[in-house]
Parts: sequence; C-alpha cells; structure tokens
Amino acid sequence: MANELSTNVNEIVQYIVIRIGDEQYGIDIKYIDNIVRMQQITRVPQVPGYFKGVINLRGEVLPVLSLRVKMGLNQDEITKDTRIIIIKMDQHEPIGVMVDSVKEVVNLSSAEIERVGFESREDRGAYAMGIGKHEDGLITLLDMDLVLQGL
Amino acid sequence: MDVSQYLDIFLDESKEHLQNLNTSVLNLEQDPENPDTISEIFRAAHTLKGMAGTMGYKRMQTLTHDMENVFSEVREGKLKVNAAMVDVLFRCLDAIEEYVTTIQETSDEGDNDNEPIIKELNAILENKGAAPAAEESAGKETASAASGAAADQGASAAGGAWDSIELNEEEQKALEDAMMANKKLFGLTVYVQENCLLKAARAFLVFKAIEESGEIIATSPSTQDIEDEKFELEFSLIVSTEGELDTILEAVKSVSEIADVKGAPFTGEAASAAAAEAPQEKAGAAETEKAAAKKTADTTAVAPVKQEVAKRPEKKADKRQQEKAVPAKADKKPAGKPAVNRTVRVDIEKLDSLMNLVSELIIAKNSLVSTATSNAATTGSGLNEQIEYLESVTTNLHESVMKVRMVPIESVVSKFPRMIRDISKQLNKPMELHMTGEETELDRTVVDEIGDPLMHMLRNSADHGLEMPEERIARGKPETGSIFLDAYQDGNNVVIEVRDDGNGIDTEAVRRKAIERGVMTEEQAYAADDSEIINLLFMPSFSTAKQVSDLSGRGVGLDVVKSKIEALSGEVDVKTKLGEGTTFTIRLPLTLAIIQALMVVVGGEKYAIALSGIQTIENVNPKDVKTVESKEVINLRGTVIPLLRMDYILETESKRNPGDDMVVVIAKKGDKLAGLVVDELIGQQEIVIKSMGKYINKCKFISGATILGDGEVALIIDSNALI
Repeated sequence: MANELSTNVNEIVQYIVIRIGDEQYGIDIKYIDNIVRMQQITRVPQVPGYFKGVINLRGEVLPVLSLRVKMGLNQDEITKDTRIIIIKMDQHEPIGVMVDSVKEVVNLSSAEIERVGFESREDRGAYAMGIGKHEDGLITLLDMDLVLQGL
Repeated sequence: MDVSQYLDIFLDESKEHLQNLNTSVLNLEQDPENPDTISEIFRAAHTLKGMAGTMGYKRMQTLTHDMENVFSEVREGKLKVNAAMVDVLFRCLDAIEEYVTTIQETSDEGDNDNEPIIKELNAILENKGAAPAAEESAGKETASAASGAAADQGASAAGGAWDSIELNEEEQKALEDAMMANKKLFGLTVYVQENCLLKAARAFLVFKAIEESGEIIATSPSTQDIEDEKFELEFSLIVSTEGELDTILEAVKSVSEIADVKGAPFTGEAASAAAAEAPQEKAGAAETEKAAAKKTADTTAVAPVKQEVAKRPEKKADKRQQEKAVPAKADKKPAGKPAVNRTVRVDIEKLDSLMNLVSELIIAKNSLVSTATSNAATTGSGLNEQIEYLESVTTNLHESVMKVRMVPIESVVSKFPRMIRDISKQLNKPMELHMTGEETELDRTVVDEIGDPLMHMLRNSADHGLEMPEERIARGKPETGSIFLDAYQDGNNVVIEVRDDGNGIDTEAVRRKAIERGVMTEEQAYAADDSEIINLLFMPSFSTAKQVSDLSGRGVGLDVVKSKIEALSGEVDVKTKLGEGTTFTIRLPLTLAIIQALMVVVGGEKYAIALSGIQTIENVNPKDVKTVESKEVINLRGTVIPLLRMDYILETESKRNPGDDMVVVIAKKGDKLAGLVVDELIGQQEIVIKSMGKYINKCKFISGATILGDGEVALIIDSNALI
C-alpha cells in the first residue's frame, strides 16, 4: 500500500516492469507468484469486460484480468509477448493479470520514487502509488491492492 | 513438551464427552432411576474434570468438579433427580461447552467463572444434606479403622515393576534427597488402555498429573523412551511426594484412556538404605489400603470405575466403528481463527485401500509407458486395454477418496434432541423428536453446513408447526407433538426429511399475507396453486407467525434454509396438509467435488451440464417451435416446455445452421422443465468441479468450472438456476 513507501528512506524494493501500450508499469515483486505465457482462456459470460475469462494454472482455475481494459484502454492485442502475471496477495484471491509484455526486474530505492498524491490520480494513473525513475525512463508503480479492490 | 500439542485430543474428547453427557442427561430426565445412565454420566463428568485439570483450565475444572459432586450424590442414591436439577445440569453443560468453544478459538478458557451455576449446583447438594465433604471424611474413618491389620497385606502387595527400575546416579541422588527431605516415596505402574491412540500423550498427561502433587524421580522405560512411545501398555515410575498416594492415584486415573494404575510405597534398595523411613512407609501402605477399603465399602464407588473403564474400550470401539471416520463433533464455528485445524479421522482400512489403488495406478502407468515404447504397429489393442485398466483404477480411486471424506450426519443431528427438549420447556408445549438414519453418510463439507438449516427447520416445526396441547386434544391428536427427522440415501442423493404432526401450513393465511404485503395481487394470489403459495414462505422476510417469538418468526429462517441448501447443490421441498402436519424434504448430492456431466458445445465453446438435472435429450425441428406470450416453447409429447437459447444466454453465437434440427437438452427442476438449446453434444463425462473464485462468481447460472483432459477449462452450467 501507499504508506509502505514512506516507512524507510533507504529501502530498496524490487519491481517487475511491464509494458501496457507505450507506458511502463511496475508491480512489487512480492505479490507475484508466477508469470506465464499466453494460453487458452475460457470466456465467462455476463462478467465485466475487463475479465478475459479463466485459465487452467496447474489444475487450479484462475480468473484473468485485462489491465488494459481495467485502465480504460482499448482491448488487448494478443502477441507472442503477451504474458499473464499471477498475483497472490493476502487480502485477495489469486488472479491472473494480462499485460502486453514483461520487460525486466528493477531495484528502486525510496529516493528514486516520487509519491503520487490522490489529487493527481486520474485515468491510467488511477492505480498508481508512485512514479519510479529508472535509467532514462519513468515507471508507474501500481498499487495492486487498489487494482483488485472492488472487482 | 508443552500441553498445547494435546489440545486437539482435549477438544475432540471434551466434545465427545459433552455430547455424551447431553444425551445421558436427556435419558436421565426420562428415566431418573436408571443406574447405567447415572454411572455413564458420572464417568463422563469425572473424565472431563480430569482432562480440564490436566490441561490447566482451572475454571472449567471447578465447574465440572461441582457437577461431578452432584452426579456422585445421585449415583449413591442420596439425591433424587428432578426437573429443576436437570435444568441446572443442562445449563452447566452449556457453560462447559462455552469453555470448550472459547478454548478452541483462543486456546484459553476465558474468564467466565459461571458462579451462578456453581452456586446452584452447590445449592442442590446442600438441600439434600449429605454434602460430599461429610461423605469423604466418613469414608476415611472406616478406612483408617481397617488400616492397621491390613497394612502388612498392603506392604506385601506392594513391590512391583517399579522395584526393578534401575536408577542412574542422578536418579539415585534425587531419591536420597527426597528421603532426606522426609518425603514419601511411591512406586506406580500405569496401564494404558489397549486401544489408546497416543500413548506418549497419555503418559505425558500422567506425568503432568503426578507433578501437581509430587515429583517423578525415575521411570521405566526411560522418560525419553516413553515420550517416543517406546513402551507397550504399561510403564512404571518412582514418585516422591509430601501428599498421599491416594491423591496421586486419583490424579492419574482422571487421565482418560488410562485403564488402571497400581501404586504402593517404594521399597527396594531404598528401604534398606533408610530404615528411618519405615514408619512413614507403613503409613503410606495404610493409605493404599485405605483406598482399597473405600473401594470395598462403597460398592458403587471407585472399584466399579475400574471395571467400567475396562468395559469402555469395547464400547468405545463399537462407537468408533459406527462413526467410522468421524471427527467427534463437527466444529460449528468456522468463523474467526480456530486454534486447531479441521480434521477427519480416517479408518486405516480406507487408507489401505487407497494405498493399494495408488500402487495399481503406478503399475498401470508403467504398462502404458512400456506399451507406448514397444513396437508401434501392435500397440492399438494393447493401449486400449491399458486405458480400460487405468479407467477402472481411477474410478475405484475416486470412490475410495470419496469414502474417506464421508462422515455420518450423526455428528450434527445428535444435538437436536437436547434442543427440542429446551424448546419444549420454553414454550410449554410437550413434544418429542424421533430420529432415524443418523448413520447416513455425507461429504464432510456438506455435513458441516447442514446443521444450521436443519436446526432452523426443527425450530420452525416446534414453534409454528406443532399446536398447543389444548388445541391438539381438541383435535383428537395425542397431547405430545411429534417431530420426525429421517435421513436416508436415495441413489446418488441423501434425503433428509423433517416432519411434524402439527397444524400444517395454512395456505389461505399465506395468501392473505402475500396480498397484504403486496407480494401478489389478489387475482394472482387466488390463481396461484398451493405449491406456489407455499414457495412464498422461502422468500426473504416472509413470516406468517402472528407473534414474533424468540425462536422463530422473524422472517429469517426458511429463506436462509433454502439458500444454504441450494448453495450445497441441494433442493428443499414442502408438503403440507392443513391440520395434519408438514414435511420438509431436503435432497442433497452425496458429494460435491466430482459429478457426472453432459458435455455440450455452444458457439464453439465447451460447457458441462450436471447429468442429475437432465431428463432427456431431444432433436427438435425448428418448425415445431411455437411462441406463447412471446416466449419460445415446444410441445413435447403433450407437455409444453419453454425453450432457452443457450447461445443467447451465454452471450455467444450459435454455429449451427438455423434450418437444421435443434439439439434440446430437457432439464428438470422439481416439477418444472425447460429445454436448453445447444449446438452439439459431446457426451457424458465424469468431471471434477473447481471453484472459479470470488471475482467471477456473479454469473448465477455458472456453478463452477472443470478442467478437461486436454487442459482446457470448461464452464459448468447450473440448469437449476436457469429454470
């Protein structure tokens, strides 16, 4: 959650950098259980559009969420880079999150992160808890709790 | 070692004993003089006290102790059982149950002293004069009178396994220290019951009980071996204490599953080493004898306990067999964080058969591997054979695993007689509960969930169903109302019927209520038939009781029952006749995890429909589809059946040529039918139901998903939700 950022000045957190459209997003690595390639998704009727359906993950049935659609972007284009990130958080049931591609893992110290206030949260920034500066690019750090809330 | 690892055993046993006590006290109320029931109660109360004490739950121990005192007086014929006393006893049992629940949730007994109940228990004792204290001292007097002559005998009887305990240096020193401190030394041999499951645990409890009043100097086999369960059915110890042998013996006996304990002053080398100890020891011997004298004096006292304890194993074994893999009592509170895990006790035989099947599975796999690698040309028939073999093994494996999960419903229904009794008292309405089929088995998950709905229905019958006695007499019915709870297996279902011989449902009253509440218009209400009207009772907040009582009639009840049963993939059905009574029938699937399903294709996607909800499959020519009230129907052999276009419902598009014959799956729910139009049939298949999680369960007619042989996920259509 957002306040975790302010706890320790020199704390270094690992983020997985993903790409959605032209933007880079970061997900805290501790919530990530697995990253799988695109596979057969079974459509489920009468659910909100951001649910792509369900997949079989080693014998368990998991729902798959499209981060694109959830952020109000247009539908996913499935390519060979499309990945499903399996998120496991204590307060939520496991879920797969579909992203355009997975880039790398970065270490960000608190100093490299700029917190985002509530007032600036809008549109695709709505789930951001901060902006990370890494090398030459900016990474929007996602508050996964906020993403999964109210699904 | 600390006690917490025995918490499971303690909880299991406490619940077992509590249930036992509840049943027995109920019997006692019916038959106050029955000596068997009385000793049964005494035994259970005594064990409960001992267990609570050993685990260090002082409040629970105090309460059970006072309760035991009352039972003890009853057993000796000094107290007569009466209604007031039974009431207090029941309240006492409730309080103990509360302790157990608190312990289960928090590992602590809480801080409720239950003083009012203790006072009432003591009041019962005082009213009848013979207080237990007086009794005890009387016993002591007779015993000490007899002790003199008997002392020698006692001494000669002493000497036993403990004499052969070899002491190491440390122990020898501890022994000498104890003698220097003028402590009394006793040898004990403890015999564990043959069917004892955790001997080491019992031994530990014995140690703990002894350490309350004394010190353990040495054991045989060694303490380490005892902890590792490296002993047969007995072990011996040398104990030093400032107290009496009696106290220790009693303490040890209070540990459950201990068949017997023998004790006598410790002599052996120690005796010769310290002649000064002799008189002391003699006194000790007198103590032993005192115990013996007491045994013979009160014919019903301690001695029978021993016999009874010996008898118990058989009885317990019987019960175990009956209960098969039952965890003593299903824990009713999944909420919060229980201090222990939920478990199922499994019969070794069931596990063995599982093990065998798994080995067969491995063999089958190996044969498949060898068939696959052997010459390709000849593999066709061999492969089929192997697949058939594999199929039969997996089917058997499935059945065996199912059986492991099955528990009798007894664990939930056994509390109902007590509940009905309480309601009967509260409402001043004489009534009886007759139960059959308690041994009927259901999946553990279902059994855990079924308790509350059943309780609601029984309360409903007791409160609304049965008339007041005057009314019953006026109608020529027996004064005492009857409620029946019958369970039986019917094919792949288990049926539970709750029946009463009361007033039945007044459909006219329900009609008026429906109109009054605006649920139906007057016309609708009178056009509806009785079964539709009765179904209204299952709607949220629809209660016909004129008076809201403490028990029911608050509009929560039947709708909760219905939703709970349906959540378990079951059905509820009501039949009633005004003036004669009501029958609620619950139909539940034997198991939830694996079902037979019909696989179909709609719009290129595969779906499963539970076979249990399907009546027939028909080919229908599109020309035979009629429209009634702008809904599509077909006339199937004289029955008009509404059609449901599955492609539309599933938000996809049929890939079938609209002119071709349609494949219609006729689904059935109670008396209602519906035709599900699908594209294609694949066939029948056994499927494993997987939950889809919370995110995606808003779609009402999808009850879950399953994983097909090729790893693809197929959704399961709940035909009941569509009708």
